[in-house]
Formats: sequence, C-alpha cells, structure tokens
Amino acid sequence: MDEHRLRALTPGVIGVLVRRGADFAAAEDAVQDALVEAVRRWPTEPPRDATGWLITVAWRKFLDAARADASRRRREELVDEQPAPDPGASTDDTLQLYFLCAHPSLTPASAVALTLRAVGGLTTRQIAQAYLVPEATMAQRISRAKRIVADVKFDEAGDVATVLRVLYLVFNEGYSGDVDLAAEAIRLTRQLKAVIDQEEVAGLLALMLLHHARRPARTRPDGSLVPLAHQDRGRWDTRLITEGVEILQTALARDRIGEFQAQAAVAALHADARTAEETDWVQIVEWYDELTRLTDSPIIALNRAVAVGEADGSRAGLAALTRIEPTLPRFAAVAAYLHERDGDVATAATLYTEAALQATNLQERDHLTRQAARLNADRRR
Amino acid sequence: MAKYLLLKHYRGGPTPVNDVPMDRWTEEEIAAHMQYMNDFATRLEGTGEFVDGQALSPEGTFVRYDGEGRPPVTDGPFAETKDLIAGWMVIDVDTYSRALELAGELSAAPGAGGRPLHEWLEVRPFLTAPPTVTE
Repeated sequence: MDEHRLRALTPGVIGVLVRRGADFAAAEDAVQDALVEAVRRWPTEPPRDATGWLITVAWRKFLDAARADASRRRREELVDEQPAPDPGASTDDTLQLYFLCAHPSLTPASAVALTLRAVGGLTTRQIAQAYLVPEATMAQRISRAKRIVADVKFDEAGDVATVLRVLYLVFNEGYSGDVDLAAEAIRLTRQLKAVIDQEEVAGLLALMLLHHARRPARTRPDGSLVPLAHQDRGRWDTRLITEGVEILQTALARDRIGEFQAQAAVAALHADARTAEETDWVQIVEWYDELTRLTDSPIIALNRAVAVGEADGSRAGLAALTRIEPTLPRFAAVAAYLHERDGDVATAATLYTEAALQATNLQERDHLTRQAARLNADRRR
Repeated sequence: MAKYLLLKHYRGGPTPVNDVPMDRWTEEEIAAHMQYMNDFATRLEGTGEFVDGQALSPEGTFVRYDGEGRPPVTDGPFAETKDLIAGWMVIDVDTYSRALELAGELSAAPGAGGRPLHEWLEVRPFLTAPPTVTE
C-alpha cells in the first residue's frame, strides 16, 4: 500500500476511536503512532484488512497511553470496558474531523497544521519541514491546537466554508520540502468532496486541479518564474485540466455560484486558450465582475484591472486601476504591466523596480527585477 | 566547528566595486547572479557547511514598548542613511579563515557586465554555549 492510501485511512480510524470513547487529542496521537508502526511493518507483513489493522493497533496504543497515565482515572475506567461493537470507519467521521481541525477558534496556521496531521496523516516532522519551522515548534503548534478544540463536541455541526479556506491555504502557500503540499491539498479536497456534496467544494477542487495543471510550465529549470502569457502550454497537464473542467461544469450546472467556482471558471478559460492570444478576456472580465459581486475583495479588483486591460485595452485597464488603493500588494506590478502595454516604458520600468522592492517572495522579486532590467536595456538601445 | 553569520547589506556597508543597481543589469546578468548564489549554497550543503540562508524585504520598521496597555511605538521606514540588511547566510565551518574564504567567494558573485560585484559582506561569529571542559 502506498503512503497516500495509508494516510487516506487516517480520518476514519480517528473517528472510530473517538466513537469508542477516546478524546480527540488522545485518539489522534494513537493513530499517529499506529501509522508509524504501519510504515515500519507493512512492507514485510502486509495486513489483509488495512483499516482493521490500524483500528486495532491504534486502539491498543490508546489503551497503553491511558494506562501509562495513571492520574487520568476516567480513562482508566474506560480501559476496563469492552469497546463498543466496531461501527467501522464512516464518512460522517471524516467530515466531522475536517470540521474539528478547521474549527473557527483556531488560527489559520494552527488549523492548517492540525488538518495536515489529523486528516492528512502527515507526521509532525513532515509538516515542520514543509513550513520551514523546527519540529519542536510545529509539535507545540499542533498540541496547542488540540487543546483549543478539546471542548468541541466531535459531532458538532461545522461550516464547510472554513474547511475550504484551510485547504486553500495549504494549496496556495505550498512551500518546498519533502511533502508536496499542493498535491496534498488536492488529495484532501478530493477526499472532502467524496463525503460532502457541495458546489463550492467542487469549485475549490476544480480551481486546484486547473492551477496544478500549469505547474510544469510555471518555472524554468533555474527556478525563475514564467508568467502565464509566456508559458509553454504544451507542458500543461491536460489530464488535470480535463478533470478540473468536468468537475467545474457539473458544479456550475447546479446554479449555486460561489467564489471558488468563479475563480475556477477564470482558470478554466485560461486553460481553454491554446495560445495566450486566444484567451477569452471578455468572459474573464465577466467572471471577475461576478467575483466582485461575491467578495468585493480589492485583490479581485486588481486582477480584474489586468483582465480589463487585455479585453478593452491598456487605457481601460489603467482607468480601472484608478479606483484601487495603490498600497495594495502587487499594485505597482500591475500598474507597470499596464503602462508598458500603453507604451510608457519609462514609467513601467520605474514601477517594476518599485514592485520588486515590495515583492513578498524571491521568485516574484527576481521576476520583477528582470522586467525592469529588460525595459531599461530597451531604453538604452 | 564554529558558526558564522554572513550578512549582506542593501546599504550601510562600504560601496562595492561593481556598484550598478540590479534593475540596470541585463536579464542574463541577473540570471547568472542568481545561479551563482544558488550554486554556492548547494555546494556548501554538499560540504556540510551550510546551515541557513534567508533573503529579507527592504521594508522595515523600528518598534519599541511604550508602557503597559499601550500599543508599541513604531518608527520608520528607515531613513536612507540607515544600515539595511538584505539577507544572510549561516555557515558552520572549521576555522575563521574558512569563513573569510567563503565570504570572499560569495562576494565575487557576478554583477553588471558579468564582472564580480566585490560586494562587502559582514562576517559575524556566533556566540556559543560554554564548553564542558574549562580547565
């Protein structure tokens, strides 16, 4: 069994332990221990029933821990009781676990860490490496998060929107490391979609698939950024695009539009264009109008200005820009782009330099510095 | 082994020999510079001397405590004359001279015209835990 399939069993097994009476924090620890043992033993002793094996071993780990902790009398009593007949791993448990790990009382960083561990079955070390923090720091973050949700009832109704925000964060803030966080976010969103039928879950999955499809074309071998317009579209993953578009169309057909579906629709329109020139910018602007109605986010307004610049010309784009706060991140980069399209190379070069100083990641900073360098070189010629 | 911090400054250090701002380089020169920096870090990982590296945004603010129940006082952005750190690399090497040697190599990263920057880097030894054997 590969690691992904093993980790996919995690939420169900935690659910079973919780239904047998373990509290969430202890159940989660026990399942982590069982996963570690599975990784060690399964290569030589593959189990006949993987889920059953994990439940048995995790339950034993839980009992061991409870016995070792003699001060916790309540749990000691529980040890003497026979476990209730095994209800088996259920999809309800999986959904409840998503809700718990994305509970509104948690900070985004805590919710992300807890989701990756309890729902994703990643180890603390893997999560720590992925987010470039020491393992001890990540361990503390996770145990604090578990304390915060300790009083939340496992079957308390949750809001799927909070779960989607957490999954979006995992996908969008994918740092480097052994764990591919973007792929992990897709796996977790897929798994969520299997247990809850909701258009925005489908919308987010489609959004992720459509962006992930472009990944091979997004960076050069030296790690530098390739903007969408210059990407080699032959390197886009057509299998992911097909899947993303299908999921999106099914969701859109139900006519319950949401933010993620609209964002996915923009991504799908880019995916539809065989060349950058073929992009249907008019429709993209319409989707940004829809997004503006849904969220009223200044970032959406900024992206819309780019789309307007493509659909109706750079002057229209610059006009759209005048209604946006110039302190917004990436404002200078967008302004630079539109001024260059408008033929004002000197202003564009200055703005690209300014944008590079404001960039929040190295790839983007290098990219913007190169744009400034390119324009300055053109002007010297 | 001893750890050293190699500090790179946006400003505040002596002027480098090859002092052309990056947005006046060609795209190829920028690419060559980035490649040099990446290769340097990779090579130090290979020799077991790399510890950590980080680039910093030029945006910075001074902050201080302003008394119980009051929000902290901020000052900044920095005046143009203030020293401004651009990033760092931490290395763990056998000797001080090795630290200087590596800083010298890093300072030779290519800049405008493909020529070495001769950029001034600051080398700062880490203070360590006290040794077990003291006599």
